[in-house]
Amino acid sequence: MATFTDPEKTSRLKEQMDQSRKQYEQEKYKKITQKHVPKVSILKNAVNAFWVGGLICAVAQTLFNIFSNAGFTVKEANAIVAMIMIFLGAFLTGIGVYDSIAKVGGAGAMVPVTGFANSIVAPAMEFKKEGYVFGIGAKMFSIAGPVLVYGIVTSIIVGLIAFTIM
Amino acid sequence: METKKVGKQTIKFANPPIILETSSIVGPKEGEGPLKDTFDHIVDDMYFGEKSWERAERKFLEEAIKTVLNKKKLTSEDIDFLLAGDLLNQIISSNFAASTLGIPFLGLYGACSTMYEAIALAAVLIDGGFAHKIIAATSSHYATSERQFRYPTEQAVQKPPTAQWTVTGAGAMLLGTRDQGEGPVVTFATVGKAVDAGAKDPMNMGAAMAPAAVDTIITHLQDTGRKVEDYDLIITGDLGSVGRSIAIELANKNGYDLSNNFEDCGILIFDPSQDTHAGGSGCACSAVVTCGYLMKALREKKYKRILGIGTGALMSVTSIQQQESIPAIGHAVAIENV
Amino acid sequence: MSLLWAFLIGGAICLVGQIIMDLTPYEISTGHVLVGYVTLGAVASALGLYQPLVDIGGAGATIPLSGFGHGLVQGVLSGIKSQGILGVFMGGISANAAGIAAAVIFGYIMAVLFNPKG
Repeated sequence: MATFTDPEKTSRLKEQMDQSRKQYEQEKYKKITQKHVPKVSILKNAVNAFWVGGLICAVAQTLFNIFSNAGFTVKEANAIVAMIMIFLGAFLTGIGVYDSIAKVGGAGAMVPVTGFANSIVAPAMEFKKEGYVFGIGAKMFSIAGPVLVYGIVTSIIVGLIAFTIM
Repeated sequence: METKKVGKQTIKFANPPIILETSSIVGPKEGEGPLKDTFDHIVDDMYFGEKSWERAERKFLEEAIKTVLNKKKLTSEDIDFLLAGDLLNQIISSNFAASTLGIPFLGLYGACSTMYEAIALAAVLIDGGFAHKIIAATSSHYATSERQFRYPTEQAVQKPPTAQWTVTGAGAMLLGTRDQGEGPVVTFATVGKAVDAGAKDPMNMGAAMAPAAVDTIITHLQDTGRKVEDYDLIITGDLGSVGRSIAIELANKNGYDLSNNFEDCGILIFDPSQDTHAGGSGCACSAVVTCGYLMKALREKKYKRILGIGTGALMSVTSIQQQESIPAIGHAVAIENV
Repeated sequence: MSLLWAFLIGGAICLVGQIIMDLTPYEISTGHVLVGYVTLGAVASALGLYQPLVDIGGAGATIPLSGFGHGLVQGVLSGIKSQGILGVFMGGISANAAGIAAAVIFGYIMAVLFNPKG
């Protein structure tokens, strides 16, 4: 009986073998590289994120206490505090200090609303040379845009569900 | 017809071109580093008096080329070709510099390996009798690279320890035929293959480039019949500390011991206290170290024979965003005092 | 006392973010973490899990970006009470209008006034 070989099938098989050999080589190489990558100190980073983030929130709380003692409602005081914190984050980014805070604080500097302000000012400033409309105007939202999109989308989905249930 | 090619990837120059002069110019951070005394100029201002960082990078490149011309009392007209490249999209810094200088221009892109690609091609053109004097030059700038490839410079980010710091500066090298003076000569050039080891992390380019560098080093040694010990120094462009230690292991696995005379420009240019993570990178990294420190050492006869390997990570912003792997390349050039 | 709680709760929220960034591969960038915080804050708020954090931590819970997600959802929910289906679309942004407006105007002013230092 003559053996039947489909040339197309053979070449596909060869391709698959090459593919999987390449994948195996790449996996092997990945293991080698991992040995040489210095370990980040998770503990040290976590402690730094904790106190930097905590400190920023404590500053905000101090402001909140001042404004609510001055007779503003919780809602109003919250709005004023958010505005001041955003101003501070934006200003510290403008004078070139905020990236140094983030170098130490990591997520402690990125997650508070001051970090949100940084994510607006940093690209806006950087791309000013590309013009006031498509430089500043468009690039302001390179990170803030996605945050607004997902925040608003999630809240509206929640709202629609809540509306249906009620 | 007899060719000058030996082995698989290596060119052996029949009349080795001479390195007539070099110049190097760097930014403030490099000017505080361990190699500060080997550079021609240190510029304190990252903007170099210009209104944008892209213009600053262009000026770095122009100044490096003008400096090498001035040192030899030459003008643009005396140069046959300018071979230059950089990291910005469509090698825009080199294009502008070339238009200012008016030297016939061949634009090159080999990412951070461009300086060695340019030296190799310059040597080929000179040895082939196509040119008398050629300038090879490259530039890079921390801020232009950051904003093109990574984040805006003032963005709050924490970089991993494998990240590297793009060198701000430019280097230029004047090469010519042997009859024009004294100095180190280019004897061999090994053209690298683009190697894709599957590395994807743009914050760990040393890991992406190490296999390409080792591939070129081993091929060079096989093609020329030389041994690791035949070189006083084997130096890569910008593998950084992570890439260097990977390269030593890879070479070791192939039976080559690089632990004694193997260095990296990206490690030499910065001190660990300068907070540059795994070290320097960028076109200017190998360019300013080669044109500054290495040329000085060769002229002072500290080294007789060195092998430089320009290393480049051949990714683009788009390929990274689409989560493709990073191919890399290494071009080797042997420079000797004869 | 409110200061200490703000410090502790705010610090803890940031600490979680740091651990996420350090333990996940490089593909998870700052942008992903921030988007994740807003989304998770909104979801936690909808499930009634975030308000207790705000009650204890005050600014420690409202200043991190998860607090922005919380603010959006609470705005939507109170909008429904007063305006019905229209409130679903109006409530979230109007409750956070001060923050959004401040981010745009201060961001713009700083970008015009200053240049990056490198």
